[in-house]
Amino acid sequence: MKKATAHNRIRLWAVVVWLLLWQGASMVFARLWPHGHLLLSSPVEALTRLAELSVTVAFWRAVGSSAAHIFGGFLLSCALGVVLAAASACSCAVQELLYPLVAAVKAVPVVSFIILALVWLDASQLSLFISALMVFPPVYLNVLAGIGSADAQLLEMAQVFRVPFSRQLRGIYLPAVLPHFRSAASLALGLCWKAGLAAEVIGLPVGSMGEALYNAKVYYETSDLFAWTAVIVVISLVFEKLFLYLVDWTAGKAVM
Amino acid sequence: MELRVEHLCKAYEGVSVLRDVTFTAGNGVTCIMAPSGTGKTTLLRILLGLEKADSGSVTRCRWSAVFQEDRLLPHLNAMENLRFVLGDQLDEAAANALLERLYLADTGGKNVRDFSGGMKRRLALVRALLAPSDALALDEPFTGLDEENRARCLAVIQEAAQAKPVLLVTHDEEDARLLNATVIRL
Repeated sequence: MKKATAHNRIRLWAVVVWLLLWQGASMVFARLWPHGHLLLSSPVEALTRLAELSVTVAFWRAVGSSAAHIFGGFLLSCALGVVLAAASACSCAVQELLYPLVAAVKAVPVVSFIILALVWLDASQLSLFISALMVFPPVYLNVLAGIGSADAQLLEMAQVFRVPFSRQLRGIYLPAVLPHFRSAASLALGLCWKAGLAAEVIGLPVGSMGEALYNAKVYYETSDLFAWTAVIVVISLVFEKLFLYLVDWTAGKAVM
Repeated sequence: MELRVEHLCKAYEGVSVLRDVTFTAGNGVTCIMAPSGTGKTTLLRILLGLEKADSGSVTRCRWSAVFQEDRLLPHLNAMENLRFVLGDQLDEAAANALLERLYLADTGGKNVRDFSGGMKRRLALVRALLAPSDALALDEPFTGLDEENRARCLAVIQEAAQAKPVLLVTHDEEDARLLNATVIRL
């Protein structure tokens, strides 16, 4: 099992092989068809385009706008998920009330929500709403499971010794909930970027990364498409690392 | 103070566990002895307010306890475990003195998850003795202790019993004899 995990990592040599394959495929496309380079630009072209884009104000404006909406939706949903999970842990009625909603959000295709939300909301708010919607089920369900996993024997001990709730929270509940919240946040951060950008591509808010992706498709600018995709992957990873670092740092301070 | 337990009955799914249990216990040690599975722990849980009796009454008071399991926070060290229960009321000098008496002073700040079974048992006893209470409930507190540590624990329990009632659940007649305890057989 350990051996399998050791081989399940990104290795530089493997990345280089895939980049070379991509470069080769792009050269074959360019040779076979008159406008083959439009169908598949090379990694060098994508990187060059990324360098050109990164010195423009519009690029950073799009990155800032999309990141603010998608990460804003993520944070809102995290807060709501934690509060409602705590309420559900206290009241079966709240849990039963929320269950159909959570089940529906999990089962219904995200594109249905995007189109429905387009009817209700301004396009600029679409990615915030959709990313919040996608983040809610994993955060809510994991935090609820974390609260449920708090050691019942320790809670009884705290009850007998009349330990105040604030101390129970820091000593018993937080250590139980944090691993669940951490894995939920990691999963949800990937989800919110995918769903949020899909919403932007459909809703086309002005000056967003989704609009840039859509334009790349319309004008056959595959180098733009790869450049923007690379930016999205990097931002998503940076946000995940930063957020999880913040969670760990806060946990180190808060847990007794 | 005097603990009163009157006509206590408890059954689980029709099977009677406690049948009309009645006794009083003043300051000093009262040993509750009975074969396994005859309701000793259930009796303590009712006294601690963790379960309800089907009928009968018990004196309500502030308890501290050593449970059948150690029930310590594994990610905290000895002093942090005491602070979790006692908060600002923790007298570190008194805590250190008691930890030293029970050979727990030199744990090097390591977390309880790295303690031996005997160390956890003694720390659970220190916690129960330091927590402000009117009465003390001890459920098999000597499990996993060697003779020397058992003798030290018996001594601190005997001291505590001078000021408050101590209910001790044990299988061992020798514990009751060494503590000059009143014995109640269920």
